[in-house]
Amino acid sequence: MNREKDLQIKVVISLVLGGLILWGSFPGLMVTSPTILQNFWVQLLLATPVQFWAGWEFYQATLPALRHRTANMDTLVAIGTSVAFSYSAFVTIFPQVMENIGIKPEPYFDVSTIIIGLILLGRYFEAKAKAGTSEAIKKLIGLQAKTARVLVDGQEKDIPIDQVVVGNVIRVRPGEKIPVDGVIVEGESSIDESMITGESMPVDKAKGDIVVGATINKSGTFTYKATKVGSDTMLAQIIKLVQEAQGSKAPIQRIADLISSYFVPIVIMLAIVTFVGWYVFGPSTSSGQVPLLFAMLNAIAVLIIACPCAMGLATPTAIMVGTGIGAEHGILIKDAESLETAHKINTVIFDKTGTLTKGKPVVTDIKTTGNRMYNSDMLILSRAVALEKSSEHSLAEAILEYGRNLGIEGETIPKVKYFKAIPGFGIEGVVNNQKVFLGNRKLMDRENVIYEKNLTDIEKFENDGKTVMMLAANRKLAGLIAVADTLKDTAREGVQSLQKMGIEVVMITGDNKRTADAIADQVGIKRVLAEVLPDQKEAEVKKIQAEGKKVAMVGDGINDAPALAAADIGIAMGTGTDVAIEAADITLINKDLKSVAHAVELSQKTMRTIKLNLFWAFGYNIILIPVAMGILYSFFHLLLNPIFASVAMATSSISVVTNSLLLKRVKI
Amino acid sequence: MSFDKLLVLFMGIAGIIFTYWFFLMKKEKEVVVENEVDVVVEGGYSPEMISIPKGKLTKINFIRKDPGSCLEEVVLGDFRIRQYLPLNEKVTVEITPQNTGEYTYSCGMNMFHGKIIVK
Repeated sequence: MNREKDLQIKVVISLVLGGLILWGSFPGLMVTSPTILQNFWVQLLLATPVQFWAGWEFYQATLPALRHRTANMDTLVAIGTSVAFSYSAFVTIFPQVMENIGIKPEPYFDVSTIIIGLILLGRYFEAKAKAGTSEAIKKLIGLQAKTARVLVDGQEKDIPIDQVVVGNVIRVRPGEKIPVDGVIVEGESSIDESMITGESMPVDKAKGDIVVGATINKSGTFTYKATKVGSDTMLAQIIKLVQEAQGSKAPIQRIADLISSYFVPIVIMLAIVTFVGWYVFGPSTSSGQVPLLFAMLNAIAVLIIACPCAMGLATPTAIMVGTGIGAEHGILIKDAESLETAHKINTVIFDKTGTLTKGKPVVTDIKTTGNRMYNSDMLILSRAVALEKSSEHSLAEAILEYGRNLGIEGETIPKVKYFKAIPGFGIEGVVNNQKVFLGNRKLMDRENVIYEKNLTDIEKFENDGKTVMMLAANRKLAGLIAVADTLKDTAREGVQSLQKMGIEVVMITGDNKRTADAIADQVGIKRVLAEVLPDQKEAEVKKIQAEGKKVAMVGDGINDAPALAAADIGIAMGTGTDVAIEAADITLINKDLKSVAHAVELSQKTMRTIKLNLFWAFGYNIILIPVAMGILYSFFHLLLNPIFASVAMATSSISVVTNSLLLKRVKI
Repeated sequence: MSFDKLLVLFMGIAGIIFTYWFFLMKKEKEVVVENEVDVVVEGGYSPEMISIPKGKLTKINFIRKDPGSCLEEVVLGDFRIRQYLPLNEKVTVEITPQNTGEYTYSCGMNMFHGKIIVK
């Protein structure tokens, strides 16, 4: 029988039997009950299965724990209900003894049975609610396709997903799930990647494009070659990351850890203090009750009301829900500490190229500079193509592409000798026995190339947000090539979302100040760090941190790794399967820049939930344990019935877990 | 003060001292682990304190014999591991600690604790 069903049966039987006992024993109510229910022996008979069958799990947990000299909530329930049951059984079996010592023989079987019933009921709801906190992982695992249609010798064959190997060619039809990661070799289609990236718009893909396992093929049929299978797929990596994040511990949890390790022994000591206090100093009543009853019932109330579980569940349940929601929206959070730190972020630095912009620059203008040796655009372009052919810089592809379109490719590209890349400056080499440089102003300054006569053209390009590359031959300016990178569609909105949250947005780039300012102006960024060499980005992050700011750095996760590591939170923006998950505290699988604000917002809301949970869990125990001890008796003559204590206790853990589940309503 | 009240007072003080000694003054024996260790999960973790070498892969095999829901998960927060432990099954957790120090782990509800000392 599964755990939930078992609990259901035990709850129903305990509460029905407890209800019958209560009917037959509660003052005012008992007069309406059948006489048989008022019989103490019948009550003993009804209470015994509840105590030793339904409540057996409390003993089962307590006895081995005591062997370890440790205790938990089950220990408190076992002690509390055992005291109530044993006292009641003694009163039933030896009523004369009680009368002889002046105590009216009244059993409290209703207390022991209803407490067990209600605590099991609380445990049932808690188990159901807790299952909801790990829903995200189950959903992610459920995304995995079961089979793949592999092409073998021209024939299609369905094989189990775990038998797919790298290199297999797989056919996918409309409406089908893509089994593993790979590259399209034939056909085209529109693919719904929302389950991985959180982006609702389908993405068009064609030959050469990467497809991700577990996404859905919408319209076309295509074949693709598997490149990642098993634990290497994007989905497997996401699942691993979310599982690890959910297993990590947030720094805020340390206080709960410390208290919970002392909590149960302290509650047992407080129960003893309560018993002694009421027995030695407590009042007698006219109804024949003596301090023993006050002492016993209040001590039981202390044991039952204490709720260590709420403290234990306060942080991890919220972390599990928070990281799960993030994963569903393409926001992967590395661990609980990152989630906690992200809520304090007040400055976000965006790397420009590839983060705010699409990272696919295109050549927009080529301009001669009056150099007689270089009097045509094609000549300038062919030298630039020759040099960039060996370069890995992001602007190289733009120039090569532009050259290809104009027929400069293959054998038509001049040969280059002594090629050298100068990071942050540009490139150099020897073409047709001429030393040629291609790069920015710094490179020209370094090589004493005069470009002041062309400043008007250069500044015009830069004011339009274009990056100007200068070509110099034999240390004389030969031409200008303007390259522009278009902003991502969500760049402006993403920046504004952060600014609305009161977060300062900074842009960092290797571009010169004028180009950088023009781009920053287009997206509404006021603070710009321009002309920053790649290896200086880390230092710039540290400078802003030195101003007392909590900094998040948003970059591509590969080229910006040192800066991401230096920031309080490193956010890597992925663009498909090449996402560098390990490099960052938070990885955004989608390309939507609003996700940065969403990640910070998710962190803020998760932390608010954790703080509320901890406040509730601590506050509950700090306020209600003294109430159970009888502190209100001296002021209002109020005492807490142990049955009400069990109601409070059962609801406290549920309320903490439910509060964590409310995070699911966060709209991001 | 009557005899019974004095007796209760005395027993109460003795009870508090016993509770403090029993739960809060226990000393756990450290078990030195080279490669692999079985940890029985029943009312806590046995052995409760293990010492393992730094920078070396150590396999910790958790075998849950306790049916209580409290112990059904083990959380090694410092190693970013939260693992469900099916009843009466061996579940292996592999860790390669990079730093020396004391790391506690706990059940999912943070009630039962174990300790890993990395040397």
